[in-house]
Amino acid sequence: MNDHPLMILLLAAVVNNFTLTLFLGICAFIGVSSKVDTALRMGAADTFVLVLTAVAVWFLNRFVLAETPYLRIIAFIVVIAGLVQIVEMIIKKASPTLFRELGIYLPLITTNCAILALAVMQTARGYTLLQGVAFGVGAGLGLTLALLLMASIRERLDLAAVPRTAKGTAIVLVVAGCLSLAFMGFAGLFTAS
Amino acid sequence: MSATTPRQDFLRGVWRENPVLVQTLGMCPTLAVTNTVANCVAMGLATTLVLVFSCVLVAWWKKRIPNEVRITAFVLIIATFVTVADMLIEGLSPTVHRALGPFIALIVVNCIILARQEAFAAKNPVGRAALDALGSGFGFTIALFLMGVVREGLGAGTLLGVRVMPAAFQPWGVMMMPPGGFLTLAMVLLVVRTLERRKAERRRAAAGAPGSAKEAA
Repeated sequence: MNDHPLMILLLAAVVNNFTLTLFLGICAFIGVSSKVDTALRMGAADTFVLVLTAVAVWFLNRFVLAETPYLRIIAFIVVIAGLVQIVEMIIKKASPTLFRELGIYLPLITTNCAILALAVMQTARGYTLLQGVAFGVGAGLGLTLALLLMASIRERLDLAAVPRTAKGTAIVLVVAGCLSLAFMGFAGLFTAS
Repeated sequence: MSATTPRQDFLRGVWRENPVLVQTLGMCPTLAVTNTVANCVAMGLATTLVLVFSCVLVAWWKKRIPNEVRITAFVLIIATFVTVADMLIEGLSPTVHRALGPFIALIVVNCIILARQEAFAAKNPVGRAALDALGSGFGFTIALFLMGVVREGLGAGTLLGVRVMPAAFQPWGVMMMPPGGFLTLAMVLLVVRTLERRKAERRRAAAGAPGSAKEAA
């Protein structure tokens, strides 16, 4: 039951939310979550790269890395870096406005640990192509959801009286802790093991 | 920058520019694998290992790496050493390997390593790069260790599996779970910030008052 692509998508999006329960992509979560529209765009770009990575990793595992598992980490990181570069070039050509708005965050997706984690976890669980894509979409939706929630809270937080010492990262982490606590509630959503 | 002593090269990363506590780099592993002290130490040592070896290699080969592709080259160097570390941990302790899971592979995208290579190793001789990397690695391990002590101590009442809290202590299960990671890091950062601010204020007060605070330091 848990192998059904839809189930994988849901599990990755809420129950095992990449950011709030697995701590992946925290840098972007803290760095790019101060405005809702930037957060949304970042989430969309992340999701796109995640899905592409899922497909690429499936091909790699199937045709290239079957005999050479020790090259996995190196191959994954090279493929991810290449994919991000291609996506960057496509967006630059297709929509210069979006390219300018994403700015530095686009190349930084390469070092977003969520992408590499997706590749490693997908390999460890031996997903098929369809399952992999579902995993990528779910993870991307989860990241976007977390970014959006955080950004909307932070826009309010700007108006609140936060102690001087806690301003910046510390208060964001407290908020993230509360969000993560809330997401733990999803753990009871699916009881089938 | 160039006039620092070897001691300063090392100590800078341990406290004053601690990668986690001051620069807030490498947050993912800091939050994810710190639920027990054993995991923290393993992760800290593995990252230090990769950090030192890849910084030494970058410092050694800095003339041979073309400037345009240096980031790619750095990442490939890191990925190679992470593969070595991954196999080493799997061979030495399969239990730890299972506990750290995908986070060993994720050392590749730990920004601390790329930051040290780009900011220091690519511009300095091998010896100083090694000291700098060792310092940052220790700083990272110390930060992880602090997190682990708080989280394991409160979350299970144990340290390295040995019970330290009194028998009547009711473990705060949530500290071992994801929210505990966020909250603990927030608290640790708050304590460090407060200490730093106090120190800055004291220094300002000492500089303002006529006296020789310099000799005391």
